[in-house]
Amino acid sequence: MNALLTEKIAAARAVGDPDAVARAIPYAEFLNITAVLDDDDLIATMNFNPRIIGNPALPAIHGGTIGGLLETTAILKLLWLQETVRIPKTITITVDYLRSAGPKNTHARCSVTKLGARVANVKIFAWQDNPGKPVAGANANFMLSTG
Amino acid sequence: MTSPYPALSKHPEGNKAPTTEEMIKLISGATPHSRELGLQVVHSAKGMAIMRLPWQERLVGNPDELVLHGGVVTTLLDSVCGMATMSARQPPERIVTLDLRIDYQRPATPHVDLFARAEVTRQTRTIAFLSAVAYQDDPKDMVALATGTFMFVGRRRKKDAEGGKV
Repeated sequence: MNALLTEKIAAARAVGDPDAVARAIPYAEFLNITAVLDDDDLIATMNFNPRIIGNPALPAIHGGTIGGLLETTAILKLLWLQETVRIPKTITITVDYLRSAGPKNTHARCSVTKLGARVANVKIFAWQDNPGKPVAGANANFMLSTG
Repeated sequence: MTSPYPALSKHPEGNKAPTTEEMIKLISGATPHSRELGLQVVHSAKGMAIMRLPWQERLVGNPDELVLHGGVVTTLLDSVCGMATMSARQPPERIVTLDLRIDYQRPATPHVDLFARAEVTRQTRTIAFLSAVAYQDDPKDMVALATGTFMFVGRRRKKDAEGGKV
């Protein structure tokens, strides 16, 4: 199974398609998260589906799925940058909820503030229509399994 | 109508917390995503809640080791903290999550359900501070430790129904 994931990620890198990495992660599939490269920047999108609504009165997307998008974006970026293909393990994540997220696609991008041999620190933010009005942000630390 | 939350129980001190019926209505009616995940309320009392997430392979983040994705742990913890916060006020008030910090203690064991327990540790007029844990068989053997901050935004107003800012 490990070899299969390794192959998938290597193949994704060879053709420059981070979306193939997302396809290798079941929960990313479940949330219908897709990924594209914008120059060298990775942008992940959680494509809207009524199943991710957390508050039908507003309506708003469930905050947990926004957290899932933020964490997935960081993991995809780290998998893309790393030489190895083990999935980074989340040590801590702090999510700030800034605005309610409406029933539409949500995008996220991140910056890797530190990429060490063992740990990485990533700042992520998510937006819908306007990147200047983020719906949520997160700071996360990951353990990189560099062997 | 069948509720996905059959195990709701009343607060032992009586009517301080929302009634079972109120809570079922509140939760089952309010969260399509919780229904999708099959989240169940195991216990609820004033300012606390316990929920269960049945193990599902589609929620895995690491297919090599079948470990649950952190995002779904975030969803469970956000939900259980939200429920604990709502149950802290009678009648229940609308709430929003301000922030949620999660510290992972160990990977979740594959094929085992995940539970989470949240408690309001302190509340002001507008803010609730929560402490929560996610665990599997033994509450002391935590998968994650969480700290949440929620804001009470009052009873439902017309402005909000029209999509106004909270």
